[in-house]
Amino acid sequence: MLRKLGIAVAAAMAVGTAQAQISGGVVKIGVLSDMSSLYADIGGPGSVVAARMAVEDFGAAKKGMKVEIVSADHQNKPEVGSSIARQWYDTDGVDVIVDVPTSSVALAVNQVTREKAKAFLVSGAATSDLTGKACSPNTIHWTYDTWMLAHGTGGAIVKTGGDTWFFLTADYAFGHALERDTAEVVKANGGKVLGAVRHPLNTQDFSSFLLQAQSSKAKIIGLANAGGDTINSIKQAAEFGIVRGGQNLAGLLVFISDVNALGLDKAEGLILTETFYWDQNDQTRAFAKRFAPQNKNHMPTMVQAGVYSAVLHYLKAVEAAKTDDGTKVVAKMKELPTDDPLFGKGRIRQDGRKLHNAYLFEVKKPSESKGAWDYYKLRSTIPADQAFRPEKEGGCPLVK
Amino acid sequence: MTEIFGIPVQAFMGQLLIGLINGSFYALLSLGLAVIFGLLNIINFTHGAQYMMGAFVAWYLLNKLGLGYWWALVITPVTVGIFGAIIERTMLKQLYKLDHLYGLLLTFGLALIIQGLFRNEYGSSGLPYSMPEQLTGGQNLGFMFLPNYRAWVIVFSLVVCLSTWFVIEKTKLGSYLRAATENPELVRAFGINVPRMITLTYGFGVGLAALAGVMAAPIYSVNPLMGADLIIVVFAVVVIGGMGSIMGSIVTGFGLGVIEGLTKVFYPEASNTVIFIIMAVVLLFRPAGLFGTQR
Repeated sequence: MLRKLGIAVAAAMAVGTAQAQISGGVVKIGVLSDMSSLYADIGGPGSVVAARMAVEDFGAAKKGMKVEIVSADHQNKPEVGSSIARQWYDTDGVDVIVDVPTSSVALAVNQVTREKAKAFLVSGAATSDLTGKACSPNTIHWTYDTWMLAHGTGGAIVKTGGDTWFFLTADYAFGHALERDTAEVVKANGGKVLGAVRHPLNTQDFSSFLLQAQSSKAKIIGLANAGGDTINSIKQAAEFGIVRGGQNLAGLLVFISDVNALGLDKAEGLILTETFYWDQNDQTRAFAKRFAPQNKNHMPTMVQAGVYSAVLHYLKAVEAAKTDDGTKVVAKMKELPTDDPLFGKGRIRQDGRKLHNAYLFEVKKPSESKGAWDYYKLRSTIPADQAFRPEKEGGCPLVK
Repeated sequence: MTEIFGIPVQAFMGQLLIGLINGSFYALLSLGLAVIFGLLNIINFTHGAQYMMGAFVAWYLLNKLGLGYWWALVITPVTVGIFGAIIERTMLKQLYKLDHLYGLLLTFGLALIIQGLFRNEYGSSGLPYSMPEQLTGGQNLGFMFLPNYRAWVIVFSLVVCLSTWFVIEKTKLGSYLRAATENPELVRAFGINVPRMITLTYGFGVGLAALAGVMAAPIYSVNPLMGADLIIVVFAVVVIGGMGSIMGSIVTGFGLGVIEGLTKVFYPEASNTVIFIIMAVVLLFRPAGLFGTQR
């Protein structure tokens, strides 16, 4: 009896505070990423740093909200990713999973999150299916997607005369989605796709594939891959004299960490689309300056910036909704406009797509760069309402 | 135009050549493994990590000490070889009396530790390493554009492989070595310092891995994980060739490079798997490998 009374009193006291319906009294954020393999510099440990910074900047401690961050390595394997997600949700009390590069893993976690009615904030994965046929009331796709890349980079290249394409595609969900989305853009602009070759994820040697691309005589060789695969493709394309032979490369997904690994002499002139660059304005520079020392002095990628922005908005929504119930918080996140120092003002659509500007960058020549990480010059800004696929075209059942 | 299996002859020739180039890496790496296994009976799982260290030492020499590729070709195998010798002296030596499995576990653990340390320090996306100026550019062979550097890789690795084979199979030093592993007591009785010979052999095998790492640095990125994926393939090569067979590892190295290259044309999705399929088949029908003898 006494115990029941105690619980009642405690509950009554809690009503007034923000933690009224916080499960376990703690908001637990799980950063699930590739911590050790080819995408680890894109998200990885840097994403954990970004999430921690978001919790600090939100001022969770001052507001009396208890927030905890856990992290794990999904090894780019869907079965590993979904079993970690299950364990986190079922036994470890994790309320939200963030990042998850590798589209195949993200699609699996998307499914688990929906089943368990938790929340999933995707930053690292690219497939536009996450807001298309696989969209979910529990998932928000934050930073970028294949449709955006295809239209940003692909569109810009087709319009400047690159009208015949051959694809080098990573053989899994992401590569397929990026190839499909880009091929549509090419065709819609009057171009032609001459062929494609699918290579296994994490391939060392691309010379054989490059030779096939070369003999296709396509003007543009589209790299529908990412991370180490893109780095090796670009490096070896230079070696085999592909660009000197009159063909051009289109890196459809190139991150700043890739440019850093390639070196400007090999990456110069590449055109790429990103939604964040650390050297954009005072706020992004200030963020990068705090971030880099905690991340081996590497500047943040757009994926890591996206993790920061997503976690910040998530915590705001938890505060506003006074609960950490996944479905309710995601609904609240869609309701509240977004605003943060890295992506500026934006909003989230019903299909789970976060909207913000995208930027078409060109990689600087070594002579133009003032030093380490000074890599991009802005070619054009793609406004938020044009950067992403129109809501009606995605085929998301949530959109009425 | 004439065609072979539905692809033009010219493209086919190009793919064959590329297969040979990749095969030279397999051959160099599997050679080191075969030497270490054949003479020392150690299944050296740190081989991939030592290959990676080779690339990193080359990077370090260039970026910190200003010593270019040609210096790296000489200095790196020696440096990494000495590192290997230290491991042999301090750790592997303790395990010779035990089952092979213990050596395998130790070297596997070491590989994970080394890779982890490098990844912590340098991240996973790798570091740029420029090609030596003398080897940039390439030749137009008519059926393909052959980068000079790749041509160099084939020639150099053939020379290294064949000289290694020659030293071990055809010289007096080689016969000492082989005798020392067959019957160490007897060889010691002739006044030969067997433990030192074994240390040097291990160091040499490791040096071969490092040499392959230096050669890989300009074409693949210098990456902490570059050895992790390769080592599994290379082990398959050694198993197919016959554990411990020197010539076997060289021939299968080049041969499997070609088969893998052709798979990349006919069914690219399977190019990562084809070597393991061959391994399974070979193990079923010739458990000792194509060139191996049952011990």
